Amino acid sequence: MTEFGRRHLMQLVAASAALAGLSGCGPSETPEKMTPRVDQAPGETAGEASYVATAVVQEGFATGAILQHRMARPVKLEGNPDHPASLGAADAPMQGTVLDLYDPGRSAAVLSGGQIADWNRLALALAEKRRQWSKDGGTGLRILTGSISSPSLAAQLAALSQQYPAARWHSWEPLSRDNVAAGARLAFGKPVDALPQFDKADIVLGIESDAISAAPGHLAFARAFGARRRAAETGSGKMSRVYAIEATPTLLGAAADHRFALKPAEIELALRAIAAAVDAGPAEWRGSERPGWVDAVARDLAAHHGAALVHAGPEQSPAIHALACAINAALGAPLRHIEPVAADAPGLAELAAEMHDGKVETLLILGVNPAYDAPADLGFVEALKRVALSIELATHVDETAQLATFHVPALHMFEDWSDARAFDGTATILQPQIRPLVPGHSAPAMLALLAGTQDFSARDLVQDTWRQRVSGDFAAAWSGWLRKGVVDNTAAADAAVTLRRDFATALPKPAQTASALTVLLRPDPFLRDGAQANNGWLQELPRPFTRLTWDNAALIAPATAGRLGIASEELVDIARGGGKKVRLAAMVLPGQAEGVVTLSLGYGRRAIGAVGEGVGSDAGVLRVSTAPWQADDATLHATGQTYPLATTQQHQTMDGRDIVRTFSVDDLPKAAAAPERASLYPPYPKGDNAWGMAISLGSCIGCGACTAACQAENNIPVVGREQVMRGRAMHWIRVDRYWSDDVANPGARFQPVPCMHCEDAPCEVVCPVDATVHDTDGLNVMVYNRCVGTRFCANNCPYKVRRFNFFGYSGRDPRPAMSWNPDVTVRDRGVMEKCTYCIQRIRETKIAADRDNRPITDGEAKTACQQACPTEAIVFGDLNDAESAVRKRKASPLDYALLEELNTRPRTTYAAHVRNPNPEIKEG
Amino acid sequence: MTAIEPAPVMLPGQDLATIDRAVGDAVLRPATPLWWWGGFTIAVAFTGLFILAVEYLFIAGVGIWGIDIPVAWGFAIANYVWWIGIASGGTIISALFYLTQSEWRSAVNRIAESMTLFAAAAAAIMPILHLGRPSFFYWLFPIPNTMGLWPQFKSPLLWDFFAILAYVTASVLFWFLGLLPDLAMVRDRATTRGSRVFYGIAAMGWTGSHRQWRLHKSAYGLLAALMAPLVISVHSIVGLDFSGGLLPGWHSTQFSPFFVFGAVLSGFATVLLLVIPLRRLYRLEAFITQRHLDLLVTFLLLCSLLLAYSYFIDALLPFYGDDKFERATQLHRFTGDWAWSYWGAWSLNVVAPQILWVRALRRDWLICLIAFGVVVGMWLERIMLVASSLYEDFLPSSWGHYVPTLWDWLILFGSAGMAAAGFFLFLRYLPVLAAYELKEILPPPSRHGESQG
Amino acid sequence: MVFVIGWVGPSTGWATRVGYPVNQPVPFSHQHHVGGLGLDCRFCHTTVETSATAGMPPTYTCMTCHSQLWTNADVLAPVRASLKTDQPIEWVRVNQLPDYVYFNHSIHIAKGIGCATCHGRIDQMPLTEKAASLRMSWCVDCHRDPRPNLRPHDAVFDMGWQRSKDTPSGDQLVAQYHIKGAAELTSCSVCHR
Repeated sequence: MTEFGRRHLMQLVAASAALAGLSGCGPSETPEKMTPRVDQAPGETAGEASYVATAVVQEGFATGAILQHRMARPVKLEGNPDHPASLGAADAPMQGTVLDLYDPGRSAAVLSGGQIADWNRLALALAEKRRQWSKDGGTGLRILTGSISSPSLAAQLAALSQQYPAARWHSWEPLSRDNVAAGARLAFGKPVDALPQFDKADIVLGIESDAISAAPGHLAFARAFGARRRAAETGSGKMSRVYAIEATPTLLGAAADHRFALKPAEIELALRAIAAAVDAGPAEWRGSERPGWVDAVARDLAAHHGAALVHAGPEQSPAIHALACAINAALGAPLRHIEPVAADAPGLAELAAEMHDGKVETLLILGVNPAYDAPADLGFVEALKRVALSIELATHVDETAQLATFHVPALHMFEDWSDARAFDGTATILQPQIRPLVPGHSAPAMLALLAGTQDFSARDLVQDTWRQRVSGDFAAAWSGWLRKGVVDNTAAADAAVTLRRDFATALPKPAQTASALTVLLRPDPFLRDGAQANNGWLQELPRPFTRLTWDNAALIAPATAGRLGIASEELVDIARGGGKKVRLAAMVLPGQAEGVVTLSLGYGRRAIGAVGEGVGSDAGVLRVSTAPWQADDATLHATGQTYPLATTQQHQTMDGRDIVRTFSVDDLPKAAAAPERASLYPPYPKGDNAWGMAISLGSCIGCGACTAACQAENNIPVVGREQVMRGRAMHWIRVDRYWSDDVANPGARFQPVPCMHCEDAPCEVVCPVDATVHDTDGLNVMVYNRCVGTRFCANNCPYKVRRFNFFGYSGRDPRPAMSWNPDVTVRDRGVMEKCTYCIQRIRETKIAADRDNRPITDGEAKTACQQACPTEAIVFGDLNDAESAVRKRKASPLDYALLEELNTRPRTTYAAHVRNPNPEIKEG
Repeated sequence: MTAIEPAPVMLPGQDLATIDRAVGDAVLRPATPLWWWGGFTIAVAFTGLFILAVEYLFIAGVGIWGIDIPVAWGFAIANYVWWIGIASGGTIISALFYLTQSEWRSAVNRIAESMTLFAAAAAAIMPILHLGRPSFFYWLFPIPNTMGLWPQFKSPLLWDFFAILAYVTASVLFWFLGLLPDLAMVRDRATTRGSRVFYGIAAMGWTGSHRQWRLHKSAYGLLAALMAPLVISVHSIVGLDFSGGLLPGWHSTQFSPFFVFGAVLSGFATVLLLVIPLRRLYRLEAFITQRHLDLLVTFLLLCSLLLAYSYFIDALLPFYGDDKFERATQLHRFTGDWAWSYWGAWSLNVVAPQILWVRALRRDWLICLIAFGVVVGMWLERIMLVASSLYEDFLPSSWGHYVPTLWDWLILFGSAGMAAAGFFLFLRYLPVLAAYELKEILPPPSRHGESQG
Repeated sequence: MVFVIGWVGPSTGWATRVGYPVNQPVPFSHQHHVGGLGLDCRFCHTTVETSATAGMPPTYTCMTCHSQLWTNADVLAPVRASLKTDQPIEWVRVNQLPDYVYFNHSIHIAKGIGCATCHGRIDQMPLTEKAASLRMSWCVDCHRDPRPNLRPHDAVFDMGWQRSKDTPSGDQLVAQYHIKGAAELTSCSVCHR
């Protein structure tokens, strides 16, 4: 391909900009090299983007993705519209996988005892073992993987257990959904996955639900959920009503019309009362002293038989899940029950026990990191020392790598063939996107090594797995699956379930631990279990509620903080009954239940790479296998020291200003004719298109996918904790979070704020060099190479969406030059930047259309934020096109401009936040 | 009642010779006084710090300062406005009072103008340091270029660029033109060859011929007539730098006069601060009399009252009108992060000077103290205007803070050192009084006898 | 004085490199291949009509002929080496734009801008050299009024083409190609992203 050199110069944009700026000192310009291929790759157009379907596998589940390739490099990940788990959306961790691929911290060599080792040493060691296993059937051989949905990997494991009957496979998922399965067993006698169908749900009750934030399929759930929340605003169908009962804020809770913050112990009682009220349980469950709202919620649920559902988060107890199942059964809730997608295997506890007993001679650890995230009580680290030969396959030299006999660098999921299933069972073939950037190995390759398979190829494995499942032309089917990113009709069939008769009696009595302080251990919204901790994008992405970056904190309700005399940013020691203690800064967070402290997992990595090491504190040390999500016997001590937290939002309320408008669905505003406003300056010349954006606050769930997508698309550098603290985060679209003025139980209001692209832009008139101007499409464009950095535009922007390169952030960013998006200028030190409505995408579309003299069709040009948004809260398009989606959105009477009294006439407008409260309920 | 006889503009007993001696010998005397060395060394030390700070600034970028989003402007802008304000003092005295033919100016205008010169120089540097990419400052020049682009003429920053350019150029010319005859005088009195050559060249062949004097007078008059409006315009436009923005606390129609008042106030304060010690050190009591101090103090008080009016209006309007943003910002100024700078400005610029209404209290040291207070107070006002409008504006989500770093302070004090160093050089090597103008206002000999009698 | 240098200096050939031949790993002669043999531009620069970049020929393109002709010529040694070692030939860029300028060949071809308009008489260059300054002012001149540089479609790749009396006028071509007005063509976002 041509213009290889362009990539290299990307880094040196500073230099070239300076040269060009000094009106070109000709000869001194470094001559670029042009490097064509030796042989043209078929179907490749030099200099144009190509798109390749694959999937991202997280916690065992696949989400369809399409990677945009520039010059044969994947530079941007999009969701796959044809994939049921994505529907075109992509969450932040997914977006981050592209940066993981290029992570300079990736392990690139086989290690033994911390030293670089020869691969053959490992091969020989295993050959030795194979001889022995063929005799004793693999006694003492154990394989540890994460949760697995890959058919080919499962097949491989099955074959292996045929070959070595005595060998065992264990699976360990630090963020397991075991409680969901356990609950299903209690209710139905067998584990099933229940898939909520929010499109059919008039009433939703979330029990600290992760349905729209993290559950497998959450993007699809969020899409349906958002559509129902937007119903009033688009006048299409009936708006759903959402209740949330939770101890710590969730995205679903934030979107709820009524949110009740309860302690974990109270949650089960409340749910039992509701169950009783909807005849899903015995009357005595109703309890005597239950809060008034319980009956109201129950009545509302019962009144919507067949259109009301309950969803509980994976951290909830099996009992709560069982209750949810029972209530759903009683309500005839719109759910699909399917056989579990992830293959079942004995867990880590059993393995650890065997290791302690010295029964394990050879342990193969595939892509999990128990030395970091195994529950404390298992003593995994000690156990591992008793294993003669332990081999770890991992992308980074992590905590386990330092203990294992051998560490083998793993290939990234974009570097080899494999397959995986989505939340609903739909399978996807993962195809390699790029030649391996490190000399790594894949999990199937390692298993093949155990089996002694000669010249193994992952591609053959996957093809063999699927060949027997199609009749007819396999090659055609295969290429079809690859192109579409989905294997046709592989979705799981419905599973019939009936509630156990003895369900009510079988249910364990509710635990009566009335402790003063309960500590909740929850996955970080973006780092999840910490596997992606070396990812700067995810570290710097503000957490939805705390707006915190580069740290985890002890989240405490204002009342509790007052009671304990703790202020935000004060360091506290938290320990579980005399066990190991974790020290981290407290943060007062409205919406926390009284007496509940939440810590997020995934931080305090001791070994992973320069970016992630030592960021935050490892709350995992508080986990025990019996209670991985919660510590009732926790103690908290204030140390008196303080530690500054890097948050991107200093002020938490709207101060009574008209920023996020909220209406009740019962009294929506009538359409008001907008007065034509005057301006002193002549209007800029109008062109063919008038780009505009509409953001629906009612359906924005605050997940941050837009910010992540923007960062990936627009080469936005990571600035680091210290710079974030100094108010220099670079995100072009931020998601503001305001607490509503209800002091007792404030609701969160999310508001994505990109550049408003004002028609009378205050930034433009104050720039002395015309570096920010209007183009004929009405875009407020920022010309980096013309900017001298007076920063008046940033001062004069009432929305404060402009970002300034106070330092050469792009140059400091550790990512390799090849990973930047060549279609977007990498900004130099000292220049202003901001959201461009993804001008590069607009221009690509315009040129394509202009080339063959046709108009641009609606949706042809999508902004990165719009594309990633799971709920379709963001719509972008041409305001000149009467039929465009954005025109329709803006026609809503709920549509308003932020700070419209300033007469900036923004092209980005908002649809007011609509709520659907239950008139019977006053609180929450 | 008896009218108070104003102190004379010049003490009796002066004639052409005494003036030349007083002015000329100070320059030519071989021995440099100790106080000069002391002051000069300190000034140079700070200049060194300034150079260091600027070096590091250019290497590392403006990120070394405390500025952030939302507070994208900081010390650099405040310093700029402050310095250019100080500079105005000299121009007002020498140009405005020249036009009004007030003879008392002759004794102090040289000192004032020189002060203007170095203050304006310090001011002129600041906007360039402020830029994110200082190497491209010249893009503000409307010159033909390979990009085929013009600057953006709607921007107050561009007007400012022109205003300051014109102001500094005119100031230099005005100062030098006034200096010519005295340079010639020094040249003629010079004893050593070196100084004769130096001042000879500097004097550019001034012979004092009638023709030269005529040309000089008209040229000087013209420049004065040019400078007087310039000094007003430059500060009005500096005011527009702020009121051109839509921010609460900036977007105000009174900023232009407001800035002029403040500028002149700080100008007079600085002149007082320099004149009082100098008349002692140079034994110039004969020429710079109590009369001068009284006049300067009077103007100081006048400006202080005008400024008080502006402060009052600025604080009143938000509550008179009903712009909630304006109100919030005003309250932040009263009580917010930067309230100390707001109240500091009030007390140092408005309250403290009022003491000087009491003639009896007009002791040199007290005047100096208050004048110094005003200089500090005016800087507080500038930084207050910059920071307090920015750190909490429209959307609470983007409210922030502004914490200056060591480098901010180095730039501020360093620039002061630089200006001072320049001024010390002037003191040593150039005539500190406009000798030829003093000669013009010598009392006629006839009055000697009376005053002696 | 400074202004004069700053004004004139950048426009000198020395600064713009116009007319300075560039040494290449292989002394490829457009004069011979285009002028002499009459190869069409698109024979090597295959993507010029469809992509932002004109496209540089892969080694195989060279070898379509040179596996038969001049198989032992020393000047072609690098080409044969490239094929043997599967290592691409590194050509030196002649027309270099800063990275913040996004030029698109395909749209210019589609709108009837001839190759020679920017690249000059390539068919007369033994060693390829820059033919235009490629300064912003130079680009903008044409974007302000493209009419003088518009050609009928069939003349786009014609090196020696001259306007004749029966060539459609600039205005006719503007209408035919649906070329936007100056305001739109000079929007910053047309070239800078």
